[in-house]
Amino acid sequence: MPINLPIYFDNAATTRCDPRVVEAMLPYFTEKFGNPGSRNHKFGWDSEEAVDIARGQIADLIGSSPKEIVFTSGSTEANNLAIKGAAEMYAKKPEGETGRGHIISAIHEHKAVIDPVKRLEKRGFDVTMLTPGADGLITAAMVKDAMRDDTILCSIMWANNELGTINEVPQIGKVVRDAGAVMHTDATQWVGKMPTNVVEDNIDLLSLSGHKMYGPKGVGALYVRRRRPRIRLVAQIEGGGQERGYRSGTLNVPGIVGLGMACEICSKEMDSERERLLKMRQRLESTLADSIDVTQINGHADKRLPHVTNISFGFVEGEGLMMAVKNIACSSGSACTSASLEPSYVLKALGVGDDLAHSSLRLSLGRFNTEEEVDFAIGNIQEAVRKLRELSPLFDMHNEGIDISTIEWATH
Amino acid sequence: MAYSEKVIDHYDNPRNVGNFGTTSECKTDSTVGVGVVGAPECGDVMQLQIKVNPETHVIEDAKFKCFGCGSAIASSSLATEWIKNQTIDEAEKLRNTEIVEELALPPVKIHCSVLAEDSIKAAIRDYKAKNGIAIEETAHSH
Repeated sequence: MPINLPIYFDNAATTRCDPRVVEAMLPYFTEKFGNPGSRNHKFGWDSEEAVDIARGQIADLIGSSPKEIVFTSGSTEANNLAIKGAAEMYAKKPEGETGRGHIISAIHEHKAVIDPVKRLEKRGFDVTMLTPGADGLITAAMVKDAMRDDTILCSIMWANNELGTINEVPQIGKVVRDAGAVMHTDATQWVGKMPTNVVEDNIDLLSLSGHKMYGPKGVGALYVRRRRPRIRLVAQIEGGGQERGYRSGTLNVPGIVGLGMACEICSKEMDSERERLLKMRQRLESTLADSIDVTQINGHADKRLPHVTNISFGFVEGEGLMMAVKNIACSSGSACTSASLEPSYVLKALGVGDDLAHSSLRLSLGRFNTEEEVDFAIGNIQEAVRKLRELSPLFDMHNEGIDISTIEWATH
Repeated sequence: MAYSEKVIDHYDNPRNVGNFGTTSECKTDSTVGVGVVGAPECGDVMQLQIKVNPETHVIEDAKFKCFGCGSAIASSSLATEWIKNQTIDEAEKLRNTEIVEELALPPVKIHCSVLAEDSIKAAIRDYKAKNGIAIEETAHSH
């Protein structure tokens, strides 16, 4: 099969919409354009039926009841609703006071979790941000140690977006729920890729997003547990009272239909897709690590999503490397473009040295990638690292036996 | 963010890559000035070396190595081109803003040009120190 360039290896950032998803959505723009809130005519009924079907498709994928699905604009909004909504509902003291309750999260969460948690800290809640181990994992033991009598909420992502590492979410959920607190997980990178059952996995609130699983952008959902116990939230967006009052606003029907179809396809194809992607990633990783010295795969060796790899190539800078592999669309932990010059806070959280953090590439495979593309990428990356090491003063020092970490660099 | 054509040209075909011998050889050669600026933690390390005629103080050759993004590589590559055949006094007057203009660097990449200017100054300072030439403190902050 011929390769179309550039190759898309950034599926953890977003995925191509599956053509089957687009096809399912199209009638809801022009023919069945009704507002599901219109209860008195066929246009409204058609839309409402479509939304109900989508709710069922999502529920099937995560093992919930359709009534437990609240549609949002995506994971960021779902996270905000879950975290702020639960904290406000279960606060031990009223607004304006301190000691309103304890919240547990982690320092390498996505900003869409960290920032709402920080906001709550300013509003009188106590916050513990856990530091992962060098393997990037948050374990149930870490959470157990951090639990307090007044812990009301724990928010730990299921799989990390930069590393693909998988936290012990079912076990963490058990610890949290046994203590009577609320368990939220940002499962944006997880759902649709890995088997999920919110009941067996001890989850009260779960955020998911359409565009990470071959659905459209701008639509996602929050699972809100209704039984044992019933979780209640304070709404963050107020208005017409849609979604049982949890999220007002006219429903994004085409998006919801697309999200539903994306979930249905994932339910059917997840197992075979996971196996295929894991094989491709393993070849990518092992070939690169074997052929290029001073290479480090970041995050736990096995407890990782099958399609994500984060690799550091010593002595070359990530953004420069991305420019050399211009035929591969991927991400870098280097934040050379940011004003702060700080490398990825996720890699730093694992204790990866700043130099290797600046030298990292995240490659994330997906449904539409082929083995030919993997082979092409391997050759492209090998060549790019070779070229940039020729340019690298750090590689010279390494070859001369100078330990770079012992040099006192002049800061600027 | 797209890179300018000039950045891509320097990145794809960097000029004057290399050095004038090993680290210890460069340290003892009085005609060579070495400037290393930046730090791996910041994601940029620039090394600029100049080969100077001791009679005329003209920079007869210049080489660079760079650990950094495309703009950092392009800035140092351009710097070696510009300072060749200049006297050290002339080369010292090069300002980072000239590099920004030539390469059309966006604001987030200005620090790359600053590093290039600093690496030239550091190399000249090293050459002067080796040859007992007085070093004037240039007041320049960034």
